[in-house]
Amino acid sequence: MTDIRSDRAPGDGGLPALTERPTDVRSGLLVYSIGLGLAVILTVTSFWAANTSLLWPAGVPLGLAVLAIAQMGVHIVFFLHITTGSDNTNNVLALAFGMLIVTLVVAGSLWIMANLNANMMPPADLINLHMQH
Amino acid sequence: MNLLGKLSWNVIPFDQPIPLLASALMVFAILLILLWITVRGHWPYLWREWLTSVDHKRIGVMYCVLGLVMLLRGFTDAIMMRSQQALAAGGAQGYLPPEHYDQIFSAHGVIMIFFMAMPMMIGLMNFAVPLQLGVRDVAFPTLNSVSLWLTASGVLLTNLSLFIGEFAKTGWMNYPPLSELQYSPGVGPDYYLWALQISGIGTLMTGINFVTTILKIRAPGMRYMRMPVFCWTALATNLLIVAAFPVLTAAFAMLLLDRYLGFHFFTVDGQGNMMMYVNLFWVWGHPEVYILVLPAFGIFSEVVATFSGKPLFGYRSMVAATMAICILSFLVWLHHFFTMGAGANVNAVFGIMSMIIAVPTGVKIFNWLFTMYAGRVRFQVPILWSIGFMVTFAIGGMTGVLLAVPPADFVLHNSLFLIAHFHNVIIGGVFFGAMAGYNYWFPKAFGFRLNERWGAGAFWCWFVGFYLAFMPLYVLGLMGMTRRMQHYDNLSWQPWLMVAAFGALVILAGIVCQIVQLIVSIRDRDALRDTTGDPWNGRTLEWSTASPPPPWNYAVLPRVEGVDAFWIQKRRARLGQPASVGPPGYEPIEMPKNSPTGFIIAFFAVVTGFALIWHIWWMAIIGAIGAFVTLLFFAFRETEEIEIPAAEVARADRAYQTGAAG
Amino acid sequence: MSIAVETFEEPYEPALVADAGPAPKQIVVAYGFWIFLLSDIVMFSALFASYAVLVNATDGGPTGAQLFNQTRVAIETACLLLSSYACGLMSLAIRSQHRLGTYVGAAITFVLGAAFLELELQEFASMAAAGATPQRSAFLSAFFTLVGCHGLHVTIGLLWLVVMMAQVAARGYRATVVRRLFCFSMFWHTLDIIWVGIFSVVYLIGSLA
Repeated sequence: MTDIRSDRAPGDGGLPALTERPTDVRSGLLVYSIGLGLAVILTVTSFWAANTSLLWPAGVPLGLAVLAIAQMGVHIVFFLHITTGSDNTNNVLALAFGMLIVTLVVAGSLWIMANLNANMMPPADLINLHMQH
Repeated sequence: MNLLGKLSWNVIPFDQPIPLLASALMVFAILLILLWITVRGHWPYLWREWLTSVDHKRIGVMYCVLGLVMLLRGFTDAIMMRSQQALAAGGAQGYLPPEHYDQIFSAHGVIMIFFMAMPMMIGLMNFAVPLQLGVRDVAFPTLNSVSLWLTASGVLLTNLSLFIGEFAKTGWMNYPPLSELQYSPGVGPDYYLWALQISGIGTLMTGINFVTTILKIRAPGMRYMRMPVFCWTALATNLLIVAAFPVLTAAFAMLLLDRYLGFHFFTVDGQGNMMMYVNLFWVWGHPEVYILVLPAFGIFSEVVATFSGKPLFGYRSMVAATMAICILSFLVWLHHFFTMGAGANVNAVFGIMSMIIAVPTGVKIFNWLFTMYAGRVRFQVPILWSIGFMVTFAIGGMTGVLLAVPPADFVLHNSLFLIAHFHNVIIGGVFFGAMAGYNYWFPKAFGFRLNERWGAGAFWCWFVGFYLAFMPLYVLGLMGMTRRMQHYDNLSWQPWLMVAAFGALVILAGIVCQIVQLIVSIRDRDALRDTTGDPWNGRTLEWSTASPPPPWNYAVLPRVEGVDAFWIQKRRARLGQPASVGPPGYEPIEMPKNSPTGFIIAFFAVVTGFALIWHIWWMAIIGAIGAFVTLLFFAFRETEEIEIPAAEVARADRAYQTGAAG
Repeated sequence: MSIAVETFEEPYEPALVADAGPAPKQIVVAYGFWIFLLSDIVMFSALFASYAVLVNATDGGPTGAQLFNQTRVAIETACLLLSSYACGLMSLAIRSQHRLGTYVGAAITFVLGAAFLELELQEFASMAAAGATPQRSAFLSAFFTLVGCHGLHVTIGLLWLVVMMAQVAARGYRATVVRRLFCFSMFWHTLDIIWVGIFSVVYLIGSLA
């Protein structure tokens, strides 16, 4: 862990606490509006990708996943104001740790359960037979 | 529509003598204590100074009291199991029928892990971490109180199951499909699930509290690489809590939905997948054992350095090993179910990861040994527990690496070999660490030391008793005896089980020694008084306060210049150099106000939990609303802090300086 | 709590954050809440994992492709996204201590969030009416739990927003109130992040033939 030189709360958009100055509010408004715009574009693209016949079908789930991650990134940067600045180090580290755990839980569970199901689950008709005692 | 749900007079075990007797004793003891408090007029003091306290030191003490009391309950279960197994060979049936035996081994596991080990470790972290960081309290003091009392709620619900209904008979892991409604229609698994969900919320709050405290609230100058190792292990522990407990919450929630609303997550029908529960449970379960043992490692680091009179060997590698264990503990969980059938590829990966995780722990052991080497070791009680730990944990760790080999595990899974292994590491690691920490920090908490002789006696009884009780179990596991057996036909197992039962009695002697130690120490407290605040010639900042410290810990926050900050302060004083903090100008100190929020929310949690267990829906709704309203009261309170006048700070500090100089 | 003032021998200019002592309360509270949000995301990931494992366990009953209505999901997504935006505008108003802006922003946030919930409840009701209840199959259990848990979080968020507006009315822009409002907006944005995961994985991927 490196010791940092400045620190900022997560969710803190960098505006001073009490601002009456319209320019500061305007820059804040711009950040949120850009975020909204990007999120809308990504959302529309996702819905289009799920319904179009122009894309290779096997690649669509991966594409949707990428679009989802991109949109999550837009939310994190533009709405939650988590940046890679040196004053956000702790916040980014915490997020990275969280993402590591999420990846391990989801990917690990899917891998393990796929293997377990392949080796251990009786076929559905055998289960139904068993249940009809 | 029955107003009292499934409750009726039948749920009290009038027909089962042993639970009835145990319940009667427990209720009688509790009533006696409540009566004594009332007659002596202690309620105002208790309410003001302890039940509504948000002081981390008081909360830490209460956690430890909870853990030590539940040690007695969990150990009673253990003695019952050992005696039953020593008797029930061949034609003999012992004295515990299977239905009862199943509840005992389930309760034993739940109590020892969730309500003994966790509270002890969390209690010690609560007490010591803010003091070691040189600050006044944790990040969220009222939340800390909520955490404590929610844990107590879980304890209360579990103990209620002794005489109102029954506890789970499904083992401490509560696997479906046995724990599903179809095969366990009683309230046992519901007690299990609600008690652990409620206390799990408390534990998660603790994790959030301590991660924030360690990362954001430290004395000036305490950079990351200047923190005591106990604080590093506390950080790793609480990161694991934050990461792992939500998974357990999800798994329990899904099982509760199955049981209450007829969902099909883990049921046999509806294409449920009960293996998913096992998977999710152990995603939590493996980090959990590191949550238990990492604080113990931290305690040993402090104790070994202090009682060897040397700085800890290899500070940087200790930190690296701790954080490595933190990450690696999330990569091994499948080794708890090698035999469930994931196949050779999956088993191989997790087997190798499980062996790798032994390496950072090995680094730690070598660092402790090198710390003691060429030091002047004072063989007082804390270091006895530490040396006992190093021997015992090394053996337990080695059997763990043995079990990490999947083909070996196929033979030994769920045998007594496994039971011996995990008791080896949990008792040798977690419990010995808790005892070392208890003896080490007791003088700081209460102002007088614990009696050395009874402490040494307790250690030796536990140490010898542990080996007598558990080494035979390794042999039995290799001979083929499985776990949780109420009765067995193989008479060649009995001699080993009788040795194990004798070992349990030796441990009982150890527990008696600990109780006597406490009584004798209280009786002799004036002779054992710690006037300087530094009874062990300590190295870290908590020893630079009075014993016990004032509520605000430090009149002036210390300025930290390196690792072992107090040692540096003492060296400066010895060399006649001026202190890095000049003559203090005492200022008034703002401290968080005491609050009944935690206690009252926990009360409503018990009401809600009990109501849900017994299907008393109107009571559950009232309990939930009550908890929410309590939260509103807290949110709208006028003042959050009280101000300690500078004169009072000055008075306490001068008294400490006088004692420290003398 | 505040730091007592230290008197040092020499003037003390901390270069590193760690040398300045305990962090200001705003940072402490926001960081603690950030850690809580990450723990909540981990809990959702366990529910996501269960959904992914059980997505084909339909037990002969209805599948996602048969049940999901993309138009409704698109409207729900729009509601929640715009609600997040409104929450962002409310944050700007809070920073400016602009009462009317705060209340209006909160009202829009609430209405859009409530619209989202209403649509979701309608969806659940129509599925249940068609026999697609969570008791029908493991897939449906997982679906209702994952999406329902998110909806429960939205409900709690709306309740929290109402309480926060009561606090603003009663206590104004006191430091504690402002800190809690920023925790709320972090919570609200995070719920939208989780919804992105849900609509992508559950509804869109689930609707692929």
